[in-house]
Amino acid sequence: MSGTITKVSGPLMVAEGLADANVSDVVRVGASGLIGEILNMTGDQASIQVYEETSGLGPGDKVITTGLPLSVELGPGMLDNIYDGIQRPLPEMRALTGDSITRGANVPALNRNKKWDFTATASVGAHLAAGDELGTVQETSAILHRIMVPPGLSGTLKSIQSGSFTVTDTVAVLTDEKGVDHELPMMQRWPVRIARPYAKKYVPSRPMNSGQRIIDTLFPIAKGGTAAVPGPFGSGKTVVQHQLAKWSDVDIVIYIGCGERGNEMTDVLMEFPELKDPRNGEPLMKRTVLIANTSDMPVAAREASIYTGITIAEYFRDMGYDVAVLADSTSRWAEALREISGRLEEMPGEEGYPAYLASRLAQYYERAGVVKCLGSEDREGSITAIGAVSPPGGDISEPVSQATMRIVKVFWGLDSALAYARHFPAINWLTSYSLYIDNLRAWYTEQFGESYIKNREKALRILQEESELQEIVRLVGQDALSADDRLTLETARMIREDFLQQNAFVDEDAYSSYLKQYRLLSMVLEYDALCRDALLKNADMNKLFGIPVRERIGRAKMADPNAFNEVYDDIEKQMKAEINDVIAGGEEV
Amino acid sequence: MIKEYKTIREIASPLMIVEHVEGVTYDELGEIELPNGELRRCKVLEVEGDKAVVQLFESAQGINLAESKVRFLGHSQQLAVSEDMLGRVFNGMGMPIDGGPAIIAEDYKDINGLPMNPAARAYPAEFIQTGVSTIDGLNTLVRGQKLPIFSGSGLPHAALAAQIARQARVLGDNETFAVVFAAIGITFEESEYFISDFRRTGAIDRTVVFSNLANDPAVERISTPRMALTAAEYLAFEKDMQVLVILTDITNYAEALREVSAAKKEVPGRRGYPGYMYTDLATMYERAGRRQGKKGSITMIPILTMPEDDKTHPIPDLTGYITEGQIILSRELHRKGIVPPVDVLPSLSRLKDKGIGVGKTREDHAGTMNQLFAAYSRGKDAKELMTILGEAALSDDDKLFAKFADEFERRYVSQGNETNRSIEETLNIGWELLSILPRRELKRIKTEFIDKYLPEA
Repeated sequence: MSGTITKVSGPLMVAEGLADANVSDVVRVGASGLIGEILNMTGDQASIQVYEETSGLGPGDKVITTGLPLSVELGPGMLDNIYDGIQRPLPEMRALTGDSITRGANVPALNRNKKWDFTATASVGAHLAAGDELGTVQETSAILHRIMVPPGLSGTLKSIQSGSFTVTDTVAVLTDEKGVDHELPMMQRWPVRIARPYAKKYVPSRPMNSGQRIIDTLFPIAKGGTAAVPGPFGSGKTVVQHQLAKWSDVDIVIYIGCGERGNEMTDVLMEFPELKDPRNGEPLMKRTVLIANTSDMPVAAREASIYTGITIAEYFRDMGYDVAVLADSTSRWAEALREISGRLEEMPGEEGYPAYLASRLAQYYERAGVVKCLGSEDREGSITAIGAVSPPGGDISEPVSQATMRIVKVFWGLDSALAYARHFPAINWLTSYSLYIDNLRAWYTEQFGESYIKNREKALRILQEESELQEIVRLVGQDALSADDRLTLETARMIREDFLQQNAFVDEDAYSSYLKQYRLLSMVLEYDALCRDALLKNADMNKLFGIPVRERIGRAKMADPNAFNEVYDDIEKQMKAEINDVIAGGEEV
Repeated sequence: MIKEYKTIREIASPLMIVEHVEGVTYDELGEIELPNGELRRCKVLEVEGDKAVVQLFESAQGINLAESKVRFLGHSQQLAVSEDMLGRVFNGMGMPIDGGPAIIAEDYKDINGLPMNPAARAYPAEFIQTGVSTIDGLNTLVRGQKLPIFSGSGLPHAALAAQIARQARVLGDNETFAVVFAAIGITFEESEYFISDFRRTGAIDRTVVFSNLANDPAVERISTPRMALTAAEYLAFEKDMQVLVILTDITNYAEALREVSAAKKEVPGRRGYPGYMYTDLATMYERAGRRQGKKGSITMIPILTMPEDDKTHPIPDLTGYITEGQIILSRELHRKGIVPPVDVLPSLSRLKDKGIGVGKTREDHAGTMNQLFAAYSRGKDAKELMTILGEAALSDDDKLFAKFADEFERRYVSQGNETNRSIEETLNIGWELLSILPRRELKRIKTEFIDKYLPEA
């Protein structure tokens, strides 16, 4: 099927003579075979968005449709790799075309020559349904890749063999109900804009441990949950996303750099192979897939990048893994949508964004969740979707932020005032929220007893009181406050500085286990309780605030992750002794 | 055989519609020949059937619909590059305007460049000593970074940029450097300030100037920075030079972009700027960087004046989302006589963490940097409280922080435009200032460094 271009305007073009093509088909444009996708059809005219730079194309150039929608290749070889927005492997592109991304490069997503050791686990004669495991490949030292019967297929296994194969070699033959034989390679294809099927969806009930104190303790996210990280530039969105990608206790991380800086992707590429997963000691890159469609790369491929990412995530979820998808930033995706929509001359909604912005965003986030996977093995997998939002001027009243907030359950609002004071992560504790706390209460209570959640509530209350007291201080000064209120301010300062602040660039502090978080917050709250008690006994307030142990508490978060328990025990002992001394001194006066 | 068309149907500057064209492609460069033989350039923005929408790079004055001829040249806009460009001055379209001979091209490059493969980038991590404490100590610049200066009308951004260009060097390194300077819609005087400073220091021989002044055509400004970056890419990645690119003023560039967008009747985004301005700016800024296996680098310092000093205005806002930090100048500090008036708290260098520390600057750099930021922030809060309630309302600690903030501005920030401080000097001044504060407040610094570096009270 081929047609002819009649109009070119940036990444959008119109071609005629494509009456037999389908909407959403991938097409090849011009002599160099640029990749595009059909958006609309009118008669035999098709509007096409092209995923590459269109300079040099004009009326008369040929368009050939492939008859297939935009799809990704799924199979061994995705981990430890970096792709562009339409799943072309960037290192191989570099080998082919040099340091710059030239046009029309045609590189398959999965290497066709590399051989993988496939171990058959299903036996001949077995009846297999979609999602059932055929065999496994140890893809990286961290991840066992399950080769599954693709969705929509079931039948009796006619033959299967273990051995060394490329992704396109046939490893098994399945005879379906009609008696037709299907040769199954390890590789599957799936259209990115369609969610992969699963058996059943559940309500999330386990937390995702991120090692970040403000997240895990104050505003936790559940595995299978959704979260947004909005913030103005310079507030640390990317560092938060990187921290989550590094330390989250998930099996697979998909990191989508959507219209962001090239150097940030390079940073991940250089740093992740060096970093070790705190749970199994494996290099973090071995569980990571990177999608990089940086801001200077074609805008239409940016629109596709988040779908490419989440489809790969669904594939790993189907194996029964917990997957986290981090998209930085969804605002750039929305801008790409706006640009394409503008060129299609669609009626704009708010701020020029298309009217379907909110529904597209909702469809994306709804692909997250905890599910029972297809297949008879009762696997359970999850996708946790976290999206950065970059609101213009940091003002979240704009359409992308608002549409996102209507969908996601966790909101980590970044604040430029905190960032200016170098309080990182600059997540504002007054505006952020997590709606998963009720689902997760049972889990926290079972693990750590009631006090974990109680501590959390108490800390939030103190921070809330602080903001009210600060208003008074601003009007009339600190002296007008009672000793009790002064203590509240002091404790709030400790919660902020000694607990919430966390330095991503210091090894001891970058990751905090649940127990360390719990003990650290307990220590601060214990100080508060002891001092409150001491004040009742007429102890001197300034002396209480100035006891030497405060410096140790301030440094407690830097304690060795493996030996903090003893240190904390010792600090608490010293704290009690020193407060008792102050009480004793107070009575002498 | 290049065809000539005498079929211009409509001109509404800066757009023009040419009919009955054949074989014209998107983004192709064109030439208009006026009846008097004068040539002007244009490029194809959209082509539909036999009708091409063309954008003029120069004024439309004097173009006659019936008599003028249009030729399409079969390629997009290109720049003739050569090492001989060093020491020369070009106009915004890449033509020499210094009276010298035309450049004998070693190569022709498409000025739009190509996106850099993220897998081919090398992460910028080499510390550049600019000699300015607020940059070296707190917002460290590294080779291959893009770090804009956010300024306002009447603030001395030119003095700071010239100081950086004059003093910047990589410690223990003798590689060849070059400066590419793009004047985008600025006045003659401002442009001359830079050029005379380059001349004074002798840097002029290693400088390429692209000059589109305020009275040059506004639409030409869309090409000027791309010309400059094309020259920079050539010098950095094919001639192994360390290139510093100064683009001033991006605000004029964005306004030219808006003008063209409005003429095309596009749906406007915020404040009338086109919705694709983020992508457009990114395709320029992202051309800074380093590449694996290449010696050269492009470090970029774009300068922009924030309309009404408003950081949330689309131009600084979108720039901040793309660049790797920003240096913000403060009108308040400028009024106080602080030179350079760098507003430290909202300024930021995203790439500093990999460029500082042992072997690059000094082991105590990261901790003292965070401590200075935190202390200055608290000191400013304390001073604010003091202006409302008087000094008596402050706690003893807060009084020290307030004192710290004043001293910090006076000694650390205000160093003048001629002082070139080594990184050691910058760090030591930082320690002297921190000694004002009680030791227990220095929580951001490791105890061993406090013991080693904190001066005795």
